[in-house]
Amino acid sequence: MRGASGSGKTTLLSLIGSVIRPDTGRIHVDGVALDSLAGGARDTFRAERIGFVFQMFNLLPFIGLVDNVLLPCRFSAVRRARAMADGGTLEAEARRLLTALGLDVDTLGARQVSRLSVGQQQRVAAARALIGRPPIIVADEPTSALDADTRHDFLELLFGEVAAAGATLVFVSHDRELETGFDRVVDLAGVNTAAAQSRARGVEPAP
Amino acid sequence: MSLLRLAWASLANRRLTAALAILAIAMSVALLLSVEKIRRDARTSFTNTVSDVDLVVGARSGAIQLLLYSVFRIGDATNNVSWQSYTEIAARPEVRWTIPLSLGDSHRGFRVLGTNEDYFEHYRYGEERSLRFATGGPADGADGADDGAFGDLFDAVLGSEVARTLGYRVGDPIVVSHGTGRVGIVEHDDQPFRVSAVLAPTGTPVDRTVHVSLEGIEAMHADWRGGARVPGQSTDPDTLRAADLRPRAVTAFLLGLDSPRAVLRVQRAINAYANEPLLAVLPGVALRELWNLVGVAERALLIVSSFVVVAALVNLVSVLLASLEERRREIAILRASGARPAHVFGLLSAEAGLLGLGGIVGGLALHYALVLVGGVWLEKRFGLATSAGPPAASDWMVLGAILVGAVLVGCLPAWRAYRHSLADGMTVRI
Repeated sequence: MRGASGSGKTTLLSLIGSVIRPDTGRIHVDGVALDSLAGGARDTFRAERIGFVFQMFNLLPFIGLVDNVLLPCRFSAVRRARAMADGGTLEAEARRLLTALGLDVDTLGARQVSRLSVGQQQRVAAARALIGRPPIIVADEPTSALDADTRHDFLELLFGEVAAAGATLVFVSHDRELETGFDRVVDLAGVNTAAAQSRARGVEPAP
Repeated sequence: MSLLRLAWASLANRRLTAALAILAIAMSVALLLSVEKIRRDARTSFTNTVSDVDLVVGARSGAIQLLLYSVFRIGDATNNVSWQSYTEIAARPEVRWTIPLSLGDSHRGFRVLGTNEDYFEHYRYGEERSLRFATGGPADGADGADDGAFGDLFDAVLGSEVARTLGYRVGDPIVVSHGTGRVGIVEHDDQPFRVSAVLAPTGTPVDRTVHVSLEGIEAMHADWRGGARVPGQSTDPDTLRAADLRPRAVTAFLLGLDSPRAVLRVQRAINAYANEPLLAVLPGVALRELWNLVGVAERALLIVSSFVVVAALVNLVSVLLASLEERRREIAILRASGARPAHVFGLLSAEAGLLGLGGIVGGLALHYALVLVGGVWLEKRFGLATSAGPPAASDWMVLGAILVGAVLVGCLPAWRAYRHSLADGMTVRI
């Protein structure tokens, strides 16, 4: 997903993540009509089916590397059960993901997460988003703070793990160089123009 | 990772502000507990001082005043009871025993009490416990025979605190001062007394009293007229030992009766005594009057310390509210990881609860430190026995209320965090 600042990227991600509700219209994600879900059900939906990666500052500085990765398992029984099934124990699954994303847990585990490099932090965030295999990974410009080499490595590893988990990756960026690796690219500016024209003609946009 | 552990880790990350909030609560808790403890211990200490005494008799004044100067050695008597009145009342058929008390002199800040052997036999404190000699005592006379604690005219029996503070042993000479000031203005240095025994500790004013015989008091004042020493006159001790030193008056006396039913009858008789205006009080009744009197001050203290606790809780809220801004990101991360608003609310409440609990534990520790250190001083200064026992049931209720209060006031920042987390959505502010 591509779009200039203020084009509504974060709003769209919040809608997909079911953090906010649309004022009008319908929204279906992973077969669920989010606009008709009650508060508690939306929380459950998000906990079970969405993995988030933010632009930066993804980690809680006061808990360890593995605990950060395991946060979603604290709030979703489904993801906890799946992570257990995948790795044997929660800890083992967290370690497996971190290793797969190129982090050496034994060396880095003792370090405070705030001491990790930005690239390492983003990988931890990716591991957290991936644990328990949620069907959708939402990443809000996760590479904007990384330099070109790190960005490339990060994307390679992320793609690999997303494919392994069988998940859909919704990735926001304004960096056109990255577009080649994705199946579809949506320009939010175009979508907005289309929506504005539909509204002007009094046509309800297609779901 | 449980919510409580998460709250704990988050708190540990902000340990300085957390420690200060805990300190504020701890100090208020310690203050509240200590005020309560002093109140309770003062009552116990006072109640323990008189046991088994049916009536306290003295010159007519107020019941509280009589009790204070006769039993607790606080303040002074306005008048004496004549020896004749004392013997007449002591001879009544209902009277089982009497303890005469003659006050007015001191030894280096400790009161000197003139009494007789009955004091050691009949005086009871605490749960009907009688006085015990730690060293010396009745059978310790020069001849080894049982000649009583006051075998010699100049024998003095020390309370444990007197002996400990002044470092006296049996056999040491002591000089008694006239008057009850901390520094005796006029000393009875012509008639030195000798320590004949030291009593075991009791936790009552007895510990801070120098006991001598009534005759000893008379001997001390033999060369005195009208509160001043007759110049040039000094009777030597052996002449005094042979002299008739029957006391002319006592300050007050304690009565033990045969039956509790006789108490009111004897009290009426003494209060209506024709020869001299006297007052007889039941110690329990006088103590109740005293508590009514000091109850106002106690309540004021309690209210003040309660306000200090409230202030500490207000501080807790302000600390938590101030931390919310910097924690918007933390809360957004939790929300993105699937935490529900209820979790955010619970996290903040748990945090307030942990801070409250920390404050209570710290307050208890501080309280006990105060009791251990301050107790020594209180005992020395006021003869108030304090004990570092476990908190009373009412204390636990107060502590529980403070914890509940902390969690309740924690709901305000929790509610704000909840509102933030709904409003912010996935927008993470940096």
